[in-house]
Amino acid sequence: MTATTVDQATAINDNRRRRLNQVLVEGRALIALAIIIVIFASLSPNFLAPENLIIMTRQVAFNAIVATGMLLTILHGGIDLSVGSTLGLTGVIAGTLLEGWQVPLTQLTAFPSVWVVIVAALSIAALVGWINGVAIARLNVAPFIATLGMLFMARGMALVISDGRTFTQLRGSPELGNTGFLTVAGGRLLNIPIPVYVMIAVAIAVSILLNRTPYGRWLYAIGGNARAAELSGVPTKKVIIRAYVLSGICAGLVGLLLTADLVAATPRAGQLYELNAIAAVVIGGAALSGGRGTVRGTLIGAFVIGFLVTGLVLVGVSVFWQQVITGAVIVLAVALDQAQQRFVGRERTARSAKEPPDRRGDGPQDDKEVATTAS
Amino acid sequence: MSALPVDKGVAEANGVVLRAIGVEKSYGAVRALKGVDFEIRRGKVTVLFGENGAGKSTLMKILAGIERASAGRLELDGELYDPESTTDAVSRGISIIHQELNLCTNLSVRDNIFVGREIRRRGGAIDYPAENEIARRVMTQLEEDIDPDTKVADLRLGQQQLVEIARALSMDTRILIMDEPTSALSATEAEVLFRVIRELTDRGVAIVYISHHLEEAIAIADHAVVLRDGDVVAVKPAADIDFNWVVTQMVGSEQAAEYAREGIGVGDRVLSIQDLEVPVGDGSGRRVVDRFSVDVHAGEVVCLYGLMGAGRTELLETIAGRGEVVGGRILLGDVDITHLSIPQRLKLGVGLVPEDRQQDGLVPVLSIGSNLSLSSLLALLRRRLISRPRERDEIESEIEDLGIKTSGREMPISSLSGGNQQKVVIGKVLMTRPKVLLLDEPSRGIDVGAKAEIFNLIFRKAAEGYAVLYATSEVSEALAASHRLIVMSKGRFVTEFDAATTTREDVMRASGESLTAAAPGGNS
Repeated sequence: MTATTVDQATAINDNRRRRLNQVLVEGRALIALAIIIVIFASLSPNFLAPENLIIMTRQVAFNAIVATGMLLTILHGGIDLSVGSTLGLTGVIAGTLLEGWQVPLTQLTAFPSVWVVIVAALSIAALVGWINGVAIARLNVAPFIATLGMLFMARGMALVISDGRTFTQLRGSPELGNTGFLTVAGGRLLNIPIPVYVMIAVAIAVSILLNRTPYGRWLYAIGGNARAAELSGVPTKKVIIRAYVLSGICAGLVGLLLTADLVAATPRAGQLYELNAIAAVVIGGAALSGGRGTVRGTLIGAFVIGFLVTGLVLVGVSVFWQQVITGAVIVLAVALDQAQQRFVGRERTARSAKEPPDRRGDGPQDDKEVATTAS
Repeated sequence: MSALPVDKGVAEANGVVLRAIGVEKSYGAVRALKGVDFEIRRGKVTVLFGENGAGKSTLMKILAGIERASAGRLELDGELYDPESTTDAVSRGISIIHQELNLCTNLSVRDNIFVGREIRRRGGAIDYPAENEIARRVMTQLEEDIDPDTKVADLRLGQQQLVEIARALSMDTRILIMDEPTSALSATEAEVLFRVIRELTDRGVAIVYISHHLEEAIAIADHAVVLRDGDVVAVKPAADIDFNWVVTQMVGSEQAAEYAREGIGVGDRVLSIQDLEVPVGDGSGRRVVDRFSVDVHAGEVVCLYGLMGAGRTELLETIAGRGEVVGGRILLGDVDITHLSIPQRLKLGVGLVPEDRQQDGLVPVLSIGSNLSLSSLLALLRRRLISRPRERDEIESEIEDLGIKTSGREMPISSLSGGNQQKVVIGKVLMTRPKVLLLDEPSRGIDVGAKAEIFNLIFRKAAEGYAVLYATSEVSEALAASHRLIVMSKGRFVTEFDAATTTREDVMRASGESLTAAAPGGNS
């Protein structure tokens, strides 16, 4: 009897420890975020000041929106390296239109209203994404290559259109009826910056898209097994093209928001944004091989990076060290993620062992799966 | 389990090369092997029988150094044998041919045969001429005229399987483990393999053989070992065993290999293939499906029998919408679907259960439920979103209808046995409410019990009015589980049989197999 009780006690302890491990590993991005907040809050009294939080969150929003679009492309097993350039191009388009667009072959200068500017700029961003998607899905160009090419092309176009200059006359004028861009994209509502609302809206929309629509299920299916998805009747090409269109639109949104934020549209805006976005997605637990990743994780990933960088600035760590530390955090996050995959696999195996006896002979059949998770 | 000191002399006298004593293996809380004792003898074929999950593959992986036992010991020639890796095992003369192909398809046949143990010249460069010579010799032994420089990706599945076998043959192997080596081979190719096995045993090589194809395994066996639930339940010399004994030992009760051929007789013509031509993908102008015609009616199960390379898979995939058509047409009812996309065909009622479950059937990142509903999401919408209650109901009813044994629809697909995974793939297609159900090798890689379940299911669906067309390379299956049997060879229609009144000899002759390939004839 005593032996049994001891056994039971150990079993309960085991269970408790396992559950704790699970919480630690699954919530690791959130825990990392908590640690970052605690550390910087104690090092710098300003870190948690409301205004600083608001400013940091606005900065995070830029990356988070781009990263949410990036997530869609990563889910199918691809990547979108062109987002930073798309962002810059969108800003330049908006700047051109707001300062007055010289209609080709005429002497006319058009001053479209702010809503037309926004729709036009986002359409260009969507077009850039569509070209990426078509190159990838229909012309079978590897996502890395197709979007790398677009990284140069979109940036180049931004420089061509702007002739390298920065647009600063974005206020518009009442006579022309094109005022309000800076308020719509760069203002605040209830003291919260507009980008934060956009981030929340994009996150909710993409969450619903991924979790509640056939499109989302198809995207995961393609990332998990493209051949099976295709044979199951998933319109794989359309799904993939749409992922890049949406990624382009997300980048375009940030192009507009950033332009309003800086009160300037520069063709060089958004450089290296693609890398920050990828880092956010990956820290958020997505697999670059596709099929795994969530919006929630991506948002947390963006917050981890954003708070880390701002925190390091606040406590006075040199810019050079900031990069070293950010890089280390990214690698650490992915290493932890791999540990989690093994852990979850082991849990799974353990669980299926406890199935009732009438399921005899129906244990995990996929020996390979068991092998990888057990090793 | 005995801890008897092993007398090396005695062991050798019995011809025992390798002895497993109380071998156990646990994965977490799963006990895949519960203390297995067994012996492998020099120059003999030891066949391991057992259903999926019985522990055969696990045991073989331990022998081959892929996994390590949790308890117990292995003795090779009476000495402790505890391989740390496959390289370690190979250096002791033990190699394995896997059930799943383990080839780098981007490399050539030669490179695959020698990968990891390349022959070097002085200075470290690979000695290609030497490798080529050995590769050619081994392929000749297997009666396959394949240039060692051919890329593996360009070979048929059966030939790829032979490359895998060639790799094992090219090593100095004392114990060769073959896990389902014939699953992708035609009868003729399998026959060659059996001859090679005999040559090897004559040279003193010990063979451990695993196959779901019981008749074939019984025919090749010298010793039979039956595993059930991680235990060895029976060991007998081959002379004392027959089909029924093996099945009884494996499942614990006798099981009839005959199916109730339900069906509603011949209903309306549902699918009509007319002079269909599908080109070989290499632009050579050859046809992999060559002016093939067949009609399938509601309520009947039509079996497409043919050897490897007969074009069965290509035919079914073309009907489902993958692949290019250069001639002929496909009618569903009166609708010409020849040039429609896969989603369009699914919507009209053509669903395919592909041959390779893992590669083409399942999405591992999705749950059992999401795999089931993957093809029918558009029918489950409410205000443009997937209706969760409707999706759940549909999934649950499919799980119940097909008898998928799972602890929940949210479980990962890998938690299922092969047979139940296959049911998920079939369920996914059935959920689209197709008119025609196409199945490519529906019993591939699943055990006897699950096989019977799958075929009973197929007949039940036929009785419900589905038109069923499935492909197989097993004659006994083709005869036992169909109403009509179409023989296909080299992409062409050869002949048609009434499955109830035909003999296996008729079928094999029609398909171009030599009758000697019917090795396990004694049991049929």
